[in-house]
Amino acid sequence: MEQINNLISGGAVTDLLFYVFAALTLLCGLLVIANPFSRNPVTSAMFLVLTIISMSGLFLLLHAFFLAAVQILVYAGAVIVLFIFVIMLLDLKEEQRRRIRFFGLFAGLLSVGIVFSIFIKCLSSAKLATEAPANAHDGETYALGKLLFTNYTLPFEIVSVLLLVAMIGVILLSKKKLE
Amino acid sequence: MHVGLQHYLAVSMILFCLGLLGVILRRNLLVIYMSLELMLNAANLALVSFSRFNDKLDGQVLVFFIITVAAAEVAVGLALIVALFRKRQSAHVEDLTSMKL
Repeated sequence: MEQINNLISGGAVTDLLFYVFAALTLLCGLLVIANPFSRNPVTSAMFLVLTIISMSGLFLLLHAFFLAAVQILVYAGAVIVLFIFVIMLLDLKEEQRRRIRFFGLFAGLLSVGIVFSIFIKCLSSAKLATEAPANAHDGETYALGKLLFTNYTLPFEIVSVLLLVAMIGVILLSKKKLE
Repeated sequence: MHVGLQHYLAVSMILFCLGLLGVILRRNLLVIYMSLELMLNAANLALVSFSRFNDKLDGQVLVFFIITVAAAEVAVGLALIVALFRKRQSAHVEDLTSMKL
């Protein structure tokens, strides 16, 4: 356990792992939105799974072990299955190429460029910590659960009500006839 | 070069912009939804890295809530898409421009 902790916190191995996971995340994220080989939504969903798994690797490097597990369980387990299920249900054909509207393309690229430049400016002007603090929380999951049920009890209950409302809403929406 | 907060934030920033690009440029409803998930994930990554480098767990609690809300949102959104598809037989945003069913 001690060795694993040492391996995870600090050292060249962690840096290398960060670059591997970051590159994987960004590459698969790019392939979700623009895949040059296929315009099938199923391929996008598969690359979304890869993005999410490599992102949970990043969470592991940040010592968020519980969140890494939840990320895989909820996203790769539930959300993606839902996506695939709906794609199969709708029986979507390969998206045929339509005429590209150059005005839309230009406006989209322009707005994303503006947002990107704002981010760059923020990131370069902020003074950020380069050194992570030593592993202060030993039982990360234990501390997280304690915080969740003491300081954040009210939001937790509200979220449970939200899930109930979403469930009822989905059942109502997917009924054949709305009366 | 030692990996610091800046690197994680850069990854999160690029991922957010990719998701935004997907939402604006793609025209399949389901792919737009997946790009939305990418943007939510980018915000999650930024929150977790802030929480790690400031040595506070509050960021992780927030990510926990975001994941829950995202799951609920996906369920409702996909149900809406299915209901819409039943009426219009299309998941292409250019076929879904009028508000009347």
